[in-house]
Amino acid sequence: MKSLAELAAIREKMKDKVAIREGNNGIRIVVGMATCGIAAGARPVLNTFVEEIAKEDLTDKATVSQTGCIGICQYEPVVEVYEQGKEKITYVKITPDKAKRIVAEHIKGGNVVTEYTIGNSKI
Amino acid sequence: MIRSHVLICGGTGCTSSGSATLMSALEEELKIRGLDDEIKVVKTGCFGLCELGPIMIVYPEGTFYSRVTPEVIPEIVEEHLLKGRPVTRLVYDETDVPLAEGQSVSLSDTNFYKKQKRVALRNCGVINPEVIDEYIAMDGYQALGKCLTEMTPAEVIQLISDSGLRGRGGAGFPTGTKWNFAAKSVSDKKYVVCNADEGDPGAFMDRSVLEGDPHAVLEAMAIAGYAIGADEGYIYVRAEYPIAVKRLEIAIKQAREYGLLGKDIFSTGFNFDIQLRLGAGAFVCGEETALLTSIEGHRGEPRPRPPFPAVKGLFGQPTIINNVETLANIPQIILNGPEWFASMGTEKSKGTKVFALGGKIRHTGLVEIPMGTTLREIIYEIGGGIPNGKKFKAAQTGGPSGGCIPASLIDTKVDYDSLIAIGSMMGSGGMIVMDEDNCMVDIAKFFLEFTVDESCGKCTPCRIGTRRMLEILQRIVDGKGEDGDIEKLEELAQTIKATSLCALGQTAPNPVLSTLRYFRDEYEAHIYEKRCPAHHCKKLAQFTIMPDKCKGCSACARVCPVGAISGVIKQPYVIDPTKCIKCGACIDTCKFGAIERK
Repeated sequence: MKSLAELAAIREKMKDKVAIREGNNGIRIVVGMATCGIAAGARPVLNTFVEEIAKEDLTDKATVSQTGCIGICQYEPVVEVYEQGKEKITYVKITPDKAKRIVAEHIKGGNVVTEYTIGNSKI
Repeated sequence: MIRSHVLICGGTGCTSSGSATLMSALEEELKIRGLDDEIKVVKTGCFGLCELGPIMIVYPEGTFYSRVTPEVIPEIVEEHLLKGRPVTRLVYDETDVPLAEGQSVSLSDTNFYKKQKRVALRNCGVINPEVIDEYIAMDGYQALGKCLTEMTPAEVIQLISDSGLRGRGGAGFPTGTKWNFAAKSVSDKKYVVCNADEGDPGAFMDRSVLEGDPHAVLEAMAIAGYAIGADEGYIYVRAEYPIAVKRLEIAIKQAREYGLLGKDIFSTGFNFDIQLRLGAGAFVCGEETALLTSIEGHRGEPRPRPPFPAVKGLFGQPTIINNVETLANIPQIILNGPEWFASMGTEKSKGTKVFALGGKIRHTGLVEIPMGTTLREIIYEIGGGIPNGKKFKAAQTGGPSGGCIPASLIDTKVDYDSLIAIGSMMGSGGMIVMDEDNCMVDIAKFFLEFTVDESCGKCTPCRIGTRRMLEILQRIVDGKGEDGDIEKLEELAQTIKATSLCALGQTAPNPVLSTLRYFRDEYEAHIYEKRCPAHHCKKLAQFTIMPDKCKGCSACARVCPVGAISGVIKQPYVIDPTKCIKCGACIDTCKFGAIERK
């Protein structure tokens, strides 16, 4: 190790990889992964969230985890976003492309993608 | 892309309950399910809840599974890792209220963890100790970088002094002062030694730090080397800690490859390297002068001080010796500042202390608490209280050098000075909890047996004096105690304390003195009434059959190895006390609870 910069580079590279173990920090994105969810395509959705969060450098802001069936199987894949002090947002019928948009607009930008939420009558 | 980390404890406790097979079973199952590129399995150091091992934690949820067996792995993988439903049945639950379906408990939410403040143990159970990059991700080696590039050695020492850090090995000597002595000694060659010869019965704080976060110790030793002007360090670790030794070897190799040990570290011209020395397990080698003698290749015997090691230590050169836990605090103090460290703890005892909880307590394991936490909080809130509805009687701290804290002093704040004031000591951090079934004379005897075995024999008071004390204690628990024995014990104790060469002998009488101070009545009951109030001492026990409960089934008479029980079928039986050897076989056999032990 010849310089502090080298050390800092390793630290930066590794930090995201261990951040997952620091528990719930800020936003929690929970993907429904029961049989119904998996059948409706929740796995690629989950993986897209994980990848996008890493790509956008948001690992210290948001964590992705899974949950079981929440009882609205016809709307699967269901994704819920929890943020301290804010109302829970429930997205329904999510695809990998929609997931990318949620990360970009909601998680990064702070604007809920209303058209994907359960309250939207068009869905 | 990794979306989840599964942490499995690879400390000594969980390894012996089978965490290695668990880990391979999990990896196998993840491969079968095709999840091995999404879920990472990480082997970590000790989490502290050793009794519940093997321990497994699933992140990002932080779900905490205890006593996991390979048989349940397929279920956890399918239900939790694939479908996201924690297997409630297997989740650790410290309350008696059953968890709701799908509910999970995060490790940090348990009472066991909530009151803790992890500084020395901060990375234990969080990082993989065999991967230097994970330590670096947790700000590892930043403190060394800061010292080498931004601070002078004098500033480093001043910072450690300002933090108020005191040695965690037992005596509580201020670390900054120790470093300052060594820095002022003029010599071309100086040494930094890490004392990892943890020997108190029931203590395993240092082992867990070495197993869970070995790089923290290496980094701290390099910082110490810079502060005092040393370029060489030794870690003296017991050979009985094979996992710790292996992880230290890996850590030293990785640090050398990264140039964090070796020549010209961070291009500052500072050189420092570390070697391991394995101790054969003699307790006296935890004493600093004996430890140094052992590193030099001689028989581990202490020598008189002064000269202190800071002036004339290893190979006759100025040397500092710090305990593992002391060192593990150093990088954190450098990074967070002395004020941060001094804000924890009490006026004269700053920071936190790691304790190994053992004995009659629900959560045996490892805890790190701010100095000044009361014994009550440790035992009842963190430790979960005494099992089987028994009453708390005393806690023993400081191992064979320490003493007992009786139930009446349970609200004592645990720090260096308050423990000394009540006749015990902090010691290295062993804490053995005793309930009403423990005989205090027997406890004192247990610790004295240990010191008699471990006395190196160099000085007479320790070699012979402790043996004479043990003989008296043996006599007392055998029911042969005489009037005047207590006074004899006290006289011997004072002489041994005053005249022994090293701390082993000087502190050996402490367990006897402190039990005499708080439980003198128990000694007196043994000697004058030939009775053990805790019903523990075998030779003083009396077995009797209660006629009203005895059905005359003869089961006890058939199991008695010496034929001391006689009677007529369907009539109450009797025990002949002159023949009875007090083995207790009759009590275990009796289905009616008709036999009483007094």
